[in-house]
Amino acid sequence: MTEASAVNDPGIAFRTIPTAVSDYAGEVDKLYYALLGLSGLLIVILVALVVIFGWRYREDRSGERLPLLGKRTGHYVEIGFAVLLALLFLGIFAWGSQLYLALYGESRADMTINVVGKQWMWKIQHPDGTREINTLHVPAGETIRLRIISQDVIHSFSLPGLRLKRDAVPGQYTSAVFTPEKVGEYRLFCAEYCGTSHSRMRGKLVVLSSADYQAWLTRNGQGPGPVAAGRQLFESYGCSGCHQGKASVRAPGLDGVYGRTVPLADGRTVKADEAYLRDSIMLPQKHVVAGYAPIMPSFSGQIGEGEILQIVAYLKSLEPGEWQTDNSTGARP
Amino acid sequence: MSASAEPAHYLTGGWSLRGWLLTLDHKRIAWLYAISITGFFFLGGIAALLIRLELLTPAGDLLSSEAYNRLFSLHGIVMVWFFLIPSIPATLGNFLLPMMVGARDMAFPRLNLLSWYIYTLGGLFTMVAVIAGGVDTGWTFYTPYSTLFANSAVLAAATGVFVVGFSSILTGINFIVTTHTMRVPGQTWLRLPLFVWANYATALIMVLATPVLSITLLLIALERTLGIGIFDPALGGDPLLFQHLFWFYSHPAVYIMILPAMGVISEIIACFSRNPVFGYTGMVLSIMAIALFGFLVWGHHMFVSGQSLYAGILFSLFSFLVAVPSAIKTLNWTATMFRGRIVYTAPMIYALSFLGLFVIGGLTGVFLASLAVDVHLHDTYFVTAHFHYIMVGGAVTAYLGGLHFWWPKLTGRLYPALWSKVAALALFIGFNLTFYPQFLLGYGGMPRRYHEYPEAFELLHVMSTLGTGVLAIGYLMPLVYLAWSLRYGERAPANPWHAKGLEWLAPSPPPVDNFVTTPTVTEAPYAYR
Repeated sequence: MTEASAVNDPGIAFRTIPTAVSDYAGEVDKLYYALLGLSGLLIVILVALVVIFGWRYREDRSGERLPLLGKRTGHYVEIGFAVLLALLFLGIFAWGSQLYLALYGESRADMTINVVGKQWMWKIQHPDGTREINTLHVPAGETIRLRIISQDVIHSFSLPGLRLKRDAVPGQYTSAVFTPEKVGEYRLFCAEYCGTSHSRMRGKLVVLSSADYQAWLTRNGQGPGPVAAGRQLFESYGCSGCHQGKASVRAPGLDGVYGRTVPLADGRTVKADEAYLRDSIMLPQKHVVAGYAPIMPSFSGQIGEGEILQIVAYLKSLEPGEWQTDNSTGARP
Repeated sequence: MSASAEPAHYLTGGWSLRGWLLTLDHKRIAWLYAISITGFFFLGGIAALLIRLELLTPAGDLLSSEAYNRLFSLHGIVMVWFFLIPSIPATLGNFLLPMMVGARDMAFPRLNLLSWYIYTLGGLFTMVAVIAGGVDTGWTFYTPYSTLFANSAVLAAATGVFVVGFSSILTGINFIVTTHTMRVPGQTWLRLPLFVWANYATALIMVLATPVLSITLLLIALERTLGIGIFDPALGGDPLLFQHLFWFYSHPAVYIMILPAMGVISEIIACFSRNPVFGYTGMVLSIMAIALFGFLVWGHHMFVSGQSLYAGILFSLFSFLVAVPSAIKTLNWTATMFRGRIVYTAPMIYALSFLGLFVIGGLTGVFLASLAVDVHLHDTYFVTAHFHYIMVGGAVTAYLGGLHFWWPKLTGRLYPALWSKVAALALFIGFNLTFYPQFLLGYGGMPRRYHEYPEAFELLHVMSTLGTGVLAIGYLMPLVYLAWSLRYGERAPANPWHAKGLEWLAPSPPPVDNFVTTPTVTEAPYAYR
């Protein structure tokens, strides 16, 4: 990306409360209003007290000074205020935490969209293999999980209309779940400072009706889906040479590896999830499978995060024992 | 030495360079610090002004994006490490802490001078590295950007910050030992002024937290020079580990900045309400609670970062709890005015401004402690506005209030009363104009550290920039009339405010050894009635 590249902002006006694109966004706004109400009340009380005291007890007022509150009364005031405030805070804490878990902790979703951040653009892969840059098209009414990673420094994928933001961290998948409801165009930012053109790493979220989304995919769909693309990469990077068919005496076979508990050479076991599969490609010495020599080379720096996501999608699609019945070294039927 | 009626005060005799640069007098060292931090403050302020000017228009037209990124990095590094952290402790604290406990100097005068040298030389070195080297990482130095993608001046800048850290540690040790061992007879712990308590708690944080920052910066240096994978994921490191270590220091550092400010405000409000501080014991307990809980909330900077969700929930809980002692302090300051005799001097106006700005800063902190709301607000202008309300609206306002309160003691001169009140009001108005619009920008979605932005956000940015102009006046005015007063100001009596506290028993300005005769303490502090 050069400085001259155009930034594609949605043409929407400023609103102090941005249009809520999902029900979740509306829920966050409710908590925000509650906080505004509580803090507004506290500020009004404080200002009123300062103004009243400041006027009533100013220096030039004559008359006797009344005695101060007793020590005991003072303690009651302090402790009563502290307890009341702490209880209110605990309520808000619980409210905010529950929404937080709904946003980041939810794993059920209708579809998963991959987001890869790199200086200075967002690369997005849809489930059917369609790709786009700095714009995210999503269908309304479907629950969408974002699987986010960075190829270089830390970025943050920010969609204010959804009250959603998640860091893109190199070497680690993060995720967030949302269900957009309102068709339209909204803002998309990189929120974590990432270098020279950080402020140009922005674009838009486009929420389409389900039918329009399908039509958009058909218009823009190009290339194979991620499983097929991953299989091609698995061969072209030479993975299949060691990991597949008869060659798999040198390296563990990978059919059905996803979700399995893998014993490691150092005695530990590890669950083969997406992060494990990614680590095994980028940092093969980190988890050496029991019974195998640590001979796999690292692909760090040679393979993009987008490609890793496709290889992982391919590995996840493999059933246990799938390769045993397949004597050829090549493609599945 | 002799018991003459008029002992020479600490400013007479010895305007030689040697008399200042090799002085062991805590009062002169306080002035050395004051000069250094004022220089850094205006340097950081110029950077802020350029940032705001760039943001007048949505397009990046005044500065290149590289220049903009370097300016906000410079602004953050200077203001956090070279202004806010040393500001109140190293100037007012250095001058007043020994006097408030009735001592003739700090416990370790040579260490005190050394810490100024470390601070000033380290600070200047960092400035050269940042400006000449074009450091553009922000003051947070997040990895892997700082270790892999930014240029190598980052290492030099980090070294400078590492060195300056030792000045904090030495000052902290000096404060702790002075408070423990040098109090005059009769001054029990519960008779200490809250300013001393606040600086004591700050010193504890300095000594306990700063080494973690030093270790973190060393680890960065090891990774960059030897290629050991600590933070770099390509080497098997974890970039989030850096954030954990960085905020383990930098969150307590926020309390290093605000606790001394709270101490100043307690002194001012009690004096000009002519009342003892309401709930003295509660104030002491909340100071110590803030210092302790401040160590348990660092993860609230990382709610969207990919740390464990349950860790996030725990850090949120602690963040709510740390707000309670701060709220008690606010309640007590307000209650101190109850049935008082309130005098509206410039320091009191600064203190009341502090109260308003600190409460807005504190309450918006509660917004950010609420997990789901933080996810939306994280890394937006809401956060920028929040911490400026605490750091600038709170800490800097209190610093100026303290400077005006103790100026007669520091210099033996009075400043023009009217001008000082106008300056205090300009600060309050300018500050709110500058930073209030940023809360609205933040919930509207505007991210921080943006060199250019969508046109829809323009109006609020323009308001914020205009406010900066008023705010600048509020900061420049004291510089002018305080400097003026050094030569032309009316001579100050020993206790122009009729304040309590041992420092007011000494003549203005104090003699070299502070007190003509060693005072003793026979009553609780703030015996205003």
